[in-house]
Amino acid sequence: MSMRDIRNLFLAALALGLVALLPLYDTGYILSIATTMAMFTVLATSWALFSGPTHYISLATAAFFGLGTFVTGLGFQTLPMWLLPIIAAGLGAVLAALVGLVTLRLSGVYFVIFTLGLAELVRQVVTWVQNRTGQRGMYVLTTITERDIYWQLIGLAALVFLVGWLIARSRLGFALRIIGNDETVAKHSGIDTAAAKILLFMISGAVAAVVGAIVAPRYIYIEPSTAFAPILSFQVVIMALLGGTGRLWGPLAGVIPFTLLWEFISRNAPNQTLLLLGVAFLLIVYVLPGGFVGLYERLRHRFGSGGQ
Amino acid sequence: MFFILITGLLLGGTYALIAMGLNLQYGVARIMNLANGEMLVAGGFAAFWVYTAGQVSPIAALLVVAPLAFVVNWLIYRVMLRPLVKRAKSRGALEVDSILATFGLSFALVGIMTWAFGGGYFNYSYLSGRVDIFSSSYGQNRVVAFSIASLIAAALWLWLSYTRAGLRMRAVAVNPDSARLVGIDVPAVSALAFGLGGAVTASGGALISMFFTLDASVGVMFTMKALIIVIMGGVGDIRGTIVAALILGIAETFVARVIDPGLTLAAAYVLFLGILLFRPQGLFGKKPT
Repeated sequence: MSMRDIRNLFLAALALGLVALLPLYDTGYILSIATTMAMFTVLATSWALFSGPTHYISLATAAFFGLGTFVTGLGFQTLPMWLLPIIAAGLGAVLAALVGLVTLRLSGVYFVIFTLGLAELVRQVVTWVQNRTGQRGMYVLTTITERDIYWQLIGLAALVFLVGWLIARSRLGFALRIIGNDETVAKHSGIDTAAAKILLFMISGAVAAVVGAIVAPRYIYIEPSTAFAPILSFQVVIMALLGGTGRLWGPLAGVIPFTLLWEFISRNAPNQTLLLLGVAFLLIVYVLPGGFVGLYERLRHRFGSGGQ
Repeated sequence: MFFILITGLLLGGTYALIAMGLNLQYGVARIMNLANGEMLVAGGFAAFWVYTAGQVSPIAALLVVAPLAFVVNWLIYRVMLRPLVKRAKSRGALEVDSILATFGLSFALVGIMTWAFGGGYFNYSYLSGRVDIFSSSYGQNRVVAFSIASLIAAALWLWLSYTRAGLRMRAVAVNPDSARLVGIDVPAVSALAFGLGGAVTASGGALISMFFTLDASVGVMFTMKALIIVIMGGVGDIRGTIVAALILGIAETFVARVIDPGLTLAAAYVLFLGILLFRPQGLFGKKPT
């Protein structure tokens, strides 16, 4: 570890500590927005862990997330609370492995298409099972407050950042960057490309499922159509790409402005959220390729202040 | 059983037309157009509007819908997508860019259509009588929609197979780089294919609106199904698209009738899984060398 690494680690820990103090200041509206931000930070960062280096666009977040909320919804009365995120992580990883085994051996297009409908597929199956067993939505009534959820998410975010940092320094991270640059080269230099991709997708899927398990008590009432709402996957993609996937902190830079904008639009013009989503996608492709991180790097390059 | 087969075929015929549009766009112009379903819904909206406002039959509306959709899609390709093709360093980079751009377009279109027509469902009653085929009766509108879809598909197939313009298009589908070497204007053919694909899909939308309840946000379901059909049949292969669409139509009808109407996407996914596991190049696709 170089001096620079130690400095960055120290700064990150300090920032995290400050952020964790927020509930002492406010437990109302600001905390609610901050919790949403924390949730999307975890989701977008873990999404970028896989999709950043490989350029495989995953739209499966909503499926993993919904799975997690259902784990909590079905298990919170009979199982200890600490066990639920662990079960969710396991199930998320298994689902990701299955999807990965089917699609990640093939080209990226198959992966996008398969994940595009995955949340809807799981929703249809869950609804069908519920209809057959005569069950409807479920109430998740717990004593967990928004503050607890916020702290859990901040802890999870710290863990995800740490894992991302470790992966970037590991052989796996190196392998993924090569795959992203040229998959043929990666294959020829002896990398098991499918295994590397599947492994990282499993991490990303497990994290999304844990987020679902943690956040479930916030919804109070859980039913398939809200738990597996496909829009979540797109929000995560937009936020991660808007921030930029080139750096670990990139998605965070997209989450904060986009969450505020989304909040503003859905309050004032609830029907225009989709239009916002569309415009944001177009903006990323045509104006901001590489997101804020890319912009930052271009500016730094131009003014030469950080030229290394 | 026989009833399921015929209903499935009738549905599959319309799916075939929609997927053919997507296949032209993806197979020839190399753009994975995820806004395809929204073109379909727009076509349906147009037919609905023309029918309820002016009592003009949706079939006559095709004469307006198709050329209009052609122009719109041609413009989308020239203005939005051509710059992406130009700047792309590899096929993979173009794929990521075009997926994101057409997602953007798709959401923007849903937003605009929700704003213009409201979020509700819309349908209208046209040719709601029955037709008897082999002693079972079917909706007249379904049979008519199927027949017109078949006519359009056949015309398209003949055009692609027997005209010079069709030949050029097939050449670009096989290999854009080689097509350029024999003097084909690849950008112009790509734009033409993209526009044509949009026109075919929008016509499919106008036909499907005769018997199917649409709303502004239903497009992505059709995009999904069309994508599965195109991959199942083999990218760039019209014959494969038709066969795959009929298989999907029958499978969906079977699942909806026998198991549960809420599981139609699951049926499509089972087929998709089988293809991914055993024949990723599609039923009629050639193995990559």
